Amino acid sequence: MNIPENLKYTKEHEWVDVKEGVAVVGVTDYAQGELGDVVFVDMNDAGETVSAGDEIGSVEAVKTVGELYAPVSGKVAEINEALEDAPETVNSDPYGDGWMAKIEMSEPSELDNLLDAAAYRELIGQ
Amino acid sequence: MDINLQSAKKTKLFAKHAEAGAKMVEFAGYAMPIQYESILAEHKTVRESVGVFDVSHMGEFFVRGERALDCVQEVITNNAAKLVPGKALYTAMCYEDGGIVDDLLVYRLAEDEFMIVVNAANIDKDFQWMSRHDFAGAELSNLSDEYALLAVQGPDSQKTLEKLTGAPIDLEFYSFAQTTLAGVEVILSRTGYTGELGFEIYFKGDEAAAGALWDAIFEAGAEFGIKPVGLGARDTLRLEMGYCLYGNDIDATTNPYEAGLGWVVKLKAKEDFTGRTALANVKAEGVTRKLTALKTEGRAIPRKGYGVSANGEIIGEVTSGAMSPTLGHGVALAYLKKEFAEVGTTVEIDLRGKPTPATVVELPFVKK
Repeated sequence: MNIPENLKYTKEHEWVDVKEGVAVVGVTDYAQGELGDVVFVDMNDAGETVSAGDEIGSVEAVKTVGELYAPVSGKVAEINEALEDAPETVNSDPYGDGWMAKIEMSEPSELDNLLDAAAYRELIGQ
Repeated sequence: MDINLQSAKKTKLFAKHAEAGAKMVEFAGYAMPIQYESILAEHKTVRESVGVFDVSHMGEFFVRGERALDCVQEVITNNAAKLVPGKALYTAMCYEDGGIVDDLLVYRLAEDEFMIVVNAANIDKDFQWMSRHDFAGAELSNLSDEYALLAVQGPDSQKTLEKLTGAPIDLEFYSFAQTTLAGVEVILSRTGYTGELGFEIYFKGDEAAAGALWDAIFEAGAEFGIKPVGLGARDTLRLEMGYCLYGNDIDATTNPYEAGLGWVVKLKAKEDFTGRTALANVKAEGVTRKLTALKTEGRAIPRKGYGVSANGEIIGEVTSGAMSPTLGHGVALAYLKKEFAEVGTTVEIDLRGKPTPATVVELPFVKK
């Protein structure tokens, strides 16, 4: 199970990578494994202002569908449009090309509410 | 492994699934492989080469004796009298009101012996139903726990199995042979739930014997890229063909005519069987809703329970849906009011709050 040390995590199995005030968001390796083959990533349009916990999209796998929540508040600056044609990237590269949204954070202190790699590893019992 | 799985029944191939790295789920009381590596890859394997399913959870009943045919005819809507030994048929079994008890396969093993293959979730219900309706006094037995069932499906399935029979397999669709495969006595049936050339293999024996046959099939199919296939791909494969799944598309509240299974109801050939009066009425009056094939343009998945509407009015509900791996778009079966079931009609499926256009199409979704 790949759980990179440099990322933050949520209890909803999302990861957050902070780069210059922007939170890059995706789902974890564990989540993609539990979902199975991802066939459709349905993201809300970019430009929306969201609060931490708001639904910003959904991830459809063959057998199930999962919601994607904003881990932090801010403006959704960009969504990963490449996933429209290649949703399987979420399975093959969840922490890289499988990223889903970039959020310009309005409350950077919210990052303190997220889990570090060790806490996330414990959450999923690894 | 969760609690459901610990109490679930295991098939004789359980160890083989673990060995192959299957993700196991509880299904109809059995621990079954939902997928091994990827549902999409397994789906493709069956469409393009050959895949193997353990479907040992299915139930097998045997009906024997002079009145065996009468016993079977009483409970099924199709006509087993036309079966000669070596032939099988698909049928519905109906309640008095025409609702469906189960859909099943009937194999005529001999003049006075039939094998009935039923859905795993319905084994107890079906056996009770058949026993209660055995007015003919045939000998009925439920050997579901003794029989294993493997489905070998795909364009290379015949070449794979011919390596184990040592002779050409000459079976028409819905025919079977009582033969040996890799030294195991089997019922080898040219049937399946995928729409591909394929076989279903019924056999008795312990875990070791089942495992040995499993291994022999994989060795024989290695040159074709044979793979184990789980229930996930079994569902997408059957849905692409428009085959009904009991519990989703048919159940006690649906009748064969509205499910598009009128072809298995033989009112002319059979003067009496359980449910006949109600079904004759449905046929005479016509149905009010029909199981309808819908396609959507995008890859969002129309799932069971999603509402279908037209002109702002709810006209039905999805009973099965998927993103068709072969076609790359959404496909669904839904019971719609009859007037919306014409091919070409446009309706809307509520995809989790997003009304999405869908078009009524002909089955199968994937033309073979």
